[in-house]
Amino acid sequence: MLFKMFITFFKIGAFTFGGGYAMLPIIQEEVVNKKNWIDDDEFMDALAVAQGSPGPVAVNTSIYIGYKLKGFPGALTSALGTILPSFIVILIIATFFYQFRDYPIVDKIFLGIRPAVVALILSAVYKLIKKSKFGYKRLMISLATVLTIVFLGISPIYLVIAGGVGAIVYNKVNS
Amino acid sequence: MATKGIKVGDAVENLVKLFLSFLKIGAFSFGGGYAMLPLIEEEIIKVQGWLTETEFIDIVAISEMTPGPIAINSATFLGYKVAGVLGSVLATLAVVLPSFTVMSILYHFITKFKNTPYLEWAFTGIRPVVLGLIAAASVTVAKSAFIDIKSVIIGAGLFYLVSFKNFNAILAIVLAGFLGALLY
Repeated sequence: MLFKMFITFFKIGAFTFGGGYAMLPIIQEEVVNKKNWIDDDEFMDALAVAQGSPGPVAVNTSIYIGYKLKGFPGALTSALGTILPSFIVILIIATFFYQFRDYPIVDKIFLGIRPAVVALILSAVYKLIKKSKFGYKRLMISLATVLTIVFLGISPIYLVIAGGVGAIVYNKVNS
Repeated sequence: MATKGIKVGDAVENLVKLFLSFLKIGAFSFGGGYAMLPLIEEEIIKVQGWLTETEFIDIVAISEMTPGPIAINSATFLGYKVAGVLGSVLATLAVVLPSFTVMSILYHFITKFKNTPYLEWAFTGIRPVVLGLIAAASVTVAKSAFIDIKSVIIGAGLFYLVSFKNFNAILAIVLAGFLGALLY
């Protein structure tokens, strides 16, 4: 079972491009629909916990499902399976990157790619705003976060803590 | 001055710093992916000075094109840059360790947490901050990416395609690379 889990999560890790959120539907397809290891409700529970915890969402989801299937060894196995493909691919790229970095053509390619990265991040912001249905107040918090980071250079750690603690205090006072 | 003892000491110190930095990044980044970028930037560029802004963006671009979560990709890459293979192993482990710890605790206590409103309350405040973090990442990247009118046009065009035409992210980067080779 552990070996099967490792292979499944390794496959998930190897074939999902574009970051963690792209992995979630693949995890669902493999673990819920194909393998029937957990059902849809359990998958939703896993997602909720994964998104509420620090760290990469896809890795968190794998860890949760691993626990569910085979306890601690299961969690370890699925986490390793998810991470290993990225690790291997990046290690290979990193080894060659600095050799190729000096060719002028690589420089030109990256001059084109950098604005694309801005476009991708901004479009993630756009899609999140549309999906989240934040009210006026919470969008103001987002705006304040941007301004604080860009102009004051305060560490994001403090802002995350302030957001969490502030919301608890706010809700406590109002309830 | 530079005896072997000091060099070994420096290397160990670097590895410890690397591990602690990524432990911090893993522990305080909620929402995954782009939301982690400001924290990585703060730790790796501003505090430690291990990377320049443009190197950082290039690594983000490479992460987009390779499989797996961006946080893992950048930890592996940066770890390699700072301290070779050992560095990449350490950084990757460090960024996952907080996830593993928190998920282990949550898995065992999930029923207790489900009945208290505090966690849910905290997240009503954290989620807008995460959105702000992602937006802030775009400002940082834009500062080094937009160097002339051509780059602004590439950025704006791809933003339109990805946001409104569901253009694939990997294709967007490949296309941008072609345009870069062609235009510069």
